[in-house]
Amino acid sequence: MTPGARRSLWPPLAVLALLGLAALLLSVTVGSVALSLGDVWAVMLGEGSPLARTLVLDLRVPRSLSAFAVGGLLAVAGALMQVLLRNPLADPYVLGLSGGAAVGALAAMLAGLGGAVITGSAFAGAFFSTLLVFGLAHGTGSWTPSRLLLTGVVVAAGWGAVITLMLAISPAERLPGMLYWLMGDLSYSRTPWPPLALLLLICLLLMPLGRSLNVMARGPLQAAALGVNVRPLEWAIHLAASALTAMAVTTAGSIGFVGLVVPHMLRLVLGNDQRLILPACALAGGTLLVLADTLARTLIAPEQLPVGVITALLGVPTFLYLLYRSR
Amino acid sequence: MSRLEARELVIDVPGRRSGQALSFSIEPGQVWGVLGPNGAGKTTLLHTLAGLRAPRGGQVLIDGRPLAALGRRQVARLLGLVFQDRQDGFPATVRETALIGRHPWLSAWQMEGGEDLRLAEAALERLDVDHLAERLVSTLSGGERQRLAIATVLTQAPRIWLADEPTNHLDLHHQTAVMALLAEQAAEAGEGRAVMMCLHDLNLAARWCDNLLLLYPDGEACWGPRDAMLEPAALEALYGQRLATAEIDGAPVFVPVR
Repeated sequence: MTPGARRSLWPPLAVLALLGLAALLLSVTVGSVALSLGDVWAVMLGEGSPLARTLVLDLRVPRSLSAFAVGGLLAVAGALMQVLLRNPLADPYVLGLSGGAAVGALAAMLAGLGGAVITGSAFAGAFFSTLLVFGLAHGTGSWTPSRLLLTGVVVAAGWGAVITLMLAISPAERLPGMLYWLMGDLSYSRTPWPPLALLLLICLLLMPLGRSLNVMARGPLQAAALGVNVRPLEWAIHLAASALTAMAVTTAGSIGFVGLVVPHMLRLVLGNDQRLILPACALAGGTLLVLADTLARTLIAPEQLPVGVITALLGVPTFLYLLYRSR
Repeated sequence: MSRLEARELVIDVPGRRSGQALSFSIEPGQVWGVLGPNGAGKTTLLHTLAGLRAPRGGQVLIDGRPLAALGRRQVARLLGLVFQDRQDGFPATVRETALIGRHPWLSAWQMEGGEDLRLAEAALERLDVDHLAERLVSTLSGGERQRLAIATVLTQAPRIWLADEPTNHLDLHHQTAVMALLAEQAAEAGEGRAVMMCLHDLNLAARWCDNLLLLYPDGEACWGPRDAMLEPAALEALYGQRLATAEIDGAPVFVPVR
């Protein structure tokens, strides 16, 4: 790394953006009916056969964009939690945010509510989980990252039990809709725009905070000594991670692994400047989930696999390989 | 030029009754040493002076203004702290670590520029770790990390230095080099800085500090010019250790005896 080159953020982001675009195009062309790039282009220009138009505009593009948004949300949420805890094992799932969001969503569904109430309830669940974990881990005296992480793991286990309880007592006709939250499946996602808008908004809001996050990654005392207002920043990170997780869970249910593996993979390749890592996470997490979802719906077509299985199968070997050859 | 003042300051050491209130002022150009046995509250005092811990009573002022009124960022421009221990979060290179010292000087949207990089490089060179610039911090020895921590504060370029055992892990040559650097920071013409450091080595304190603050385990304290404070009897009481005294190069030397 030469001093001049180390600060240029754009080349890696441009490469990741191109990869994301390629993944999106691929996901739109493959499926039960294969389309050529020419067919897709024709549809984009407002031409093409009615079948191709339906396939592309109504089915594949919304689903692919949803997958991209959810992957980005999860990866950015994971990266934020890891900075907050200075621990690469942190992730919205490990810390119980996803569990809280799922319980909130399931409770709304159990009460027979739908639509925006489910989203709001999921966010409330994620945020309540945040408060619970932070409050309990703080307790009396100072919290340590390991204590916070352990509290999160236990709270996540608690949410798991509540989820099982809710499934056990819910009427049979509601079960399929509820199971979708737990399996991580993009086929139920309706519109990609809310998660995409949130992802873009949070990335923009985080941009000026990047260097503060770099300093935070060195510990709260060091950060405070270098002029960071630690408490407000910690809460901002937690709020942002809660919002990202809640939105991801309401769009696609519980998809694990993306928040853990994407930031870590990127750190091994790109270093640990949050100003680069956070937007890179949004792009790479999106790309990963688009590819995973494409595989999930084509591997044993016409049957579909839960996309969470694919993310794990793709992620684990890649992660181990990168870890093995890292400096 | 900035002055650091403690006014009726009572530090908050958990599990200890409130000790003596401290009122002193570290003027530009002065080098203060804090001496005391383990657990006497030296680190707590430094963290309280840096505004990282709330005191039980009293206040800390920089140039007559309370820390709370200044805001963290402004404090970080005026005051730098060398921590006693550091946490390795994620992997980072030596150069990146020194560069974070520029954080309080850059706006949210600003990237580190050539001038920041130049300051960091100069600090690394000054602390004799420039040849390690590309190395990961996790691969450094304890002494190299200590020098990097000091280089980071040098990059931060504060007017007031607080250093918690700055000679920890250092070999004899680098101990002297670091003390000389801190003394030079204080003595620099035109913009002498205020320096306060915790030390365990009485002889370094005797040679390099002009004022000393003795912290006793029960919270009592006394402070004043070096020569008045270096009373063998007082030091023996401070540490609960008998000392033999000699004089070398005009400075007293203390050696523990059985």
